[in-house]
Amino acid sequence: MRLRAAKVFLSFLFVLIFGGSVLCGSVAMAQTPATAQTDRIAALEKRADENAAAIAAAQTAGDNGWMLVSAALVLMMSGPGLALFYGGLVRKKNILGTMMQTFAMMAVITVLWGLLTYSLAFSSGNAFIGGLHNMFLHGVGLMPDKAYAATIPLQTFMIYQMMFAIITPALITGAFAERMKFSAMVVFMVLWSIIVYSPMAHMVWGQGGFLSVSGRFPCLDFAGGTVVHVTSGVSALVTAIYLGKRIGYPKIPMPPHSVVLSFVGACMLWVGWFGFNAGSALSAGTLATSAFVATQFGAAAAVIGWTAVEWIRQGKPSALGAISGAVAGLVAITPAAGFVSPMSALWIGLIAGAFCYTMVVKVKSWFGYDDSLDAFGVHGAGGTLGALLTGLFANSAINPVFGAGKATGLFEGNWRQLFHQAFGVGLAWTISIVGTLIILFLVDKTIGLRVSEEDERVGLDLSQHGEEGYDWAH
Amino acid sequence: MQKIEAVIQPSKLDAVKDALVEIGVEGMTITEARGHGRQKGHTEFYRGREYSVDLLPKVKLELVVKDEMLDKAITAITTAARTGTIGDGKIFVSKIDEAIRIRNDERGEVAL
Repeated sequence: MRLRAAKVFLSFLFVLIFGGSVLCGSVAMAQTPATAQTDRIAALEKRADENAAAIAAAQTAGDNGWMLVSAALVLMMSGPGLALFYGGLVRKKNILGTMMQTFAMMAVITVLWGLLTYSLAFSSGNAFIGGLHNMFLHGVGLMPDKAYAATIPLQTFMIYQMMFAIITPALITGAFAERMKFSAMVVFMVLWSIIVYSPMAHMVWGQGGFLSVSGRFPCLDFAGGTVVHVTSGVSALVTAIYLGKRIGYPKIPMPPHSVVLSFVGACMLWVGWFGFNAGSALSAGTLATSAFVATQFGAAAAVIGWTAVEWIRQGKPSALGAISGAVAGLVAITPAAGFVSPMSALWIGLIAGAFCYTMVVKVKSWFGYDDSLDAFGVHGAGGTLGALLTGLFANSAINPVFGAGKATGLFEGNWRQLFHQAFGVGLAWTISIVGTLIILFLVDKTIGLRVSEEDERVGLDLSQHGEEGYDWAH
Repeated sequence: MQKIEAVIQPSKLDAVKDALVEIGVEGMTITEARGHGRQKGHTEFYRGREYSVDLLPKVKLELVVKDEMLDKAITAITTAARTGTIGDGKIFVSKIDEAIRIRNDERGEVAL
């Protein structure tokens, strides 16, 4: 009985409310029908705007999180990664000198980037170099710049690119290890960042760059095959030849003093390289995954490529060979990651491992230059090879960079791409050779490039820094 | 008192030490050393460059024993350290004039 009474009461209430509201509504509509509709639309629009803002904020949070981590990973490649890798390869009297060369880049290039070189590389300028209006980071704020990355603050983009500007000159130090003055090295690197790195970065990655995807000669370089590895590797070769050999090379044995340190460094480079390559997607989406996967396959295949050739030729698979192969593979996959499939990455790595072995072991001794830690043999040669192979293997299914369905690499039918890649590489070689020669000449005539013979015999640790890496007495 | 200096293969250190302790030798000094006798070195390869290494890792034992212990100690070392191949090492024996225990100035054989 009580249930029934309740039902009746509820029905009555419903009729009252519904009827009332219809009545009121019709009265209101009769008065100002347009106003009500506009209000509703305005409310909906407001909600849509709020949703869009919330979605954008969520995407920014995701992308920005990955990009900040990537920036940190790339810095880790310099110190401790590269510092350990190179540090282990020199004689023990030079370990601190070698590590300091990389570490100095972490400080000097950071400051320079803020003052000048970010602007030269990434502010809008002409097709070859950026302008000066972002000097002192003027106008580089927390809002995204859609020309570079629509979902991350421009400052994130700036600091991420800074890490590349740091490691690139640091790579050159491998060529002139154990014999260059610290002061001359710092001046050389500052000038090199301005004259070689900034224009090259602008041409490939900058707005309206000559070699950018929308530019005159689109040279595909996902994470810096030409900008980072060709420029540093070729400049390394020029520097090694200009400076001459170390005293006693190649008669006096100069084996690595600790392959263990190099091993640890190489493993850090490998891990950091995920920030380098996958981070170059400038977002945390599918492209980052694609580049991440290609990076891993490229590195692994190159270990196998280098080691296989070494094993056949020398009878033993060495640890130094395996880690050198990994770095060679990472170099070669750098321009290609983000454009190629995992199986293409395997081929690129395998070829790079065998090719860089030949460059380091055979070609260097044929010509007799003292590229002490093989900066050219690994970065110059591997970067050139990787850039060219990108022209073969780039695939629109991975990254439709020229528009949906448009062929990207040569194997897809775009034969022109190989030519564009070769053009980009050729330009990088030219700028590196000419720029480096000019800088070397200037620094040599003013400060002097090489340490004195006595300082070289004593070692850079003591002669340049007044300390020793290993103190055996205490 | 006699001083025995024995340069042996590093892998034989434990066996030699045990053999000496067994015959009653109470103390010894061990140094990681590098050297070579008639044994030739080996070659190492770093990025294809060949380095010949002719100073090989060895362990040097030094111990001073009473005269009557000398032969027993030498036998213990040679037996434990011998592999029969080149590179097994050498033993040098020399006379010791004096031994002094720093803790309490004891001199001679009691200080050993």
